[in-house]
Amino acid sequence: MSTRKHARYALIAALLLGLAACAPASTTPTASQPATSQSPDATGQVSGTITVFAAASLKATFTQLASDFEAKNPGAKILLSFAGSSDLATQITQGAPADVFASADTKNMTRLADTKLLDGTAKNFATNVLEIAVPPSNPASIASFVDLARPGVKVVVCASQVPCGAAADTVEKAAGVTLSPVSEESSVTDVLGKVTSGEADAGLVYVTDVIGAGDKVKGIPFDESGKAVNTYPIATVGSSRNKELAAAFIAMVTGPDGQKTLSDAGFGAP
Amino acid sequence: MKQAMNGGYGGVPRWIYVLAAAGGLFVVLPLAAMVAKVNWSQFIPLITSEASLQALGLSLRTSAASTVLCIVLGVPLALVLARGSFPGQRVLRSLVLLPLVLPPVVGGIALLYTFGRQGLLGRTLEVAGLQIAFSTTAVILAQTFVALPFLVVSLEGALRTAGNRYEAVAATLGAGPTTVLRRVTLPLVLPGLASGAVLSFARSLGEFGATLTFAGSLQGVTRTLPLEIYLQRETDADAAVALSLVLVAVAVAVVALAYRSPRAAERAPAHSGERTTTARAAGGAVR
Repeated sequence: MSTRKHARYALIAALLLGLAACAPASTTPTASQPATSQSPDATGQVSGTITVFAAASLKATFTQLASDFEAKNPGAKILLSFAGSSDLATQITQGAPADVFASADTKNMTRLADTKLLDGTAKNFATNVLEIAVPPSNPASIASFVDLARPGVKVVVCASQVPCGAAADTVEKAAGVTLSPVSEESSVTDVLGKVTSGEADAGLVYVTDVIGAGDKVKGIPFDESGKAVNTYPIATVGSSRNKELAAAFIAMVTGPDGQKTLSDAGFGAP
Repeated sequence: MKQAMNGGYGGVPRWIYVLAAAGGLFVVLPLAAMVAKVNWSQFIPLITSEASLQALGLSLRTSAASTVLCIVLGVPLALVLARGSFPGQRVLRSLVLLPLVLPPVVGGIALLYTFGRQGLLGRTLEVAGLQIAFSTTAVILAQTFVALPFLVVSLEGALRTAGNRYEAVAATLGAGPTTVLRRVTLPLVLPGLASGAVLSFARSLGEFGATLTFAGSLQGVTRTLPLEIYLQRETDADAAVALSLVLVAVAVAVVALAYRSPRAAERAPAHSGERTTTARAAGGAVR
């Protein structure tokens, strides 16, 4: 009886030791990235792996840009992580292993710059403006920004706390129109979702969201959108282990190829 | 090694305690870490801001309403599942439990295509002058959808544990089915019903995904406490942490309440001779 018990204790001890032995290997970031610190080879190509943290609104374009970049640099691998800019900035502050950060607003980039988490300075690479999105049938017959304030029109916007909501506040003031939205969402994708599902008559989203949604929504541009231009900056994160590759990717985004892809998706020039 | 004589085998190997401590720590440590982050000097102003109070009030109101709805819809379901016998019973049970394992956002999408403006019932409801999207009703529906299984599971378990001997006796004494239900069955399972209701309330209070997808987010109308926390987190981490603590406090109170009653319910079958009286006493205690 007692020997069996001892055997059991030994087994458990061994299991725990095994777990302990595994732990450092899986939690040390260096272990998984030995290949990242590489230098350009003879042909001037860069190689290794970097992780790019990009704002959710960049999902389609950055996925495209990353695969273009990998096609041109066969030794390079770009890992992408998309989320709200403030979420990403918080993750980087908490030590997330990002090499490049592309934000949908200057505020979150400045936050990282102020805490010395960036390598060098950020570069603006795109702009984005708001547009009215309506379901394809345009049930409330929206034709202008003023129409959004008509009683009975179900408008969905972003909450003031997030960049698209701040932009919505600005254009409201510029247009001298006060909206009474039925919902203030915490992300622009949630606004778009309420329009594509037909729940809302109209939503304020970015031009790029309207283009990205294809024929599921109809976009209605309005003059006051120019009053709230969102600028997208990009920078290398200070803790990056492959700054060369990070710089090469940023150069591609800000260069002619990257700018072409961005403008096709509806982004404006910086 | 002698076990304490408590009338049965109650020994747990010592190493289990070590692992159990690790398990406990895994739950408590993150909560403690959050408490450590609370900005106490700003705590009261942060949780008493208008937006916070409205969110808390809305959460409590909608959770109470969805708990009532859970009882109205869940008690008959549990009775039918535990006592009834009909084809497709197993399938029905699995389907009713589905919201337990579904990601809430999936529930939200499903509700949208049911009660939404373009949804299955939405058009009919709109003709009848009922608009559910973006209303507090939508919040209650989302909460009821995710919380209903908690009530059904608790109550069905209580019904099965209680058995139907007393009901059979009551029936032979001439009581009709409704009288048996009212005078025997429900008093017998009252503790189970109470803990199920408390769990449903707790689940409703924490509901986030389905609400965000289905009801939207507007202060005082659809922005419940979890949604307010999610939004505050964007700009004001202190406010998000302070409100999270409020939600934790409410959840702890609710769970403590729920754990008082099932123990009484479990004790009942142990002393089989006095089951009815114990169950009644437990029911009384809950009341």
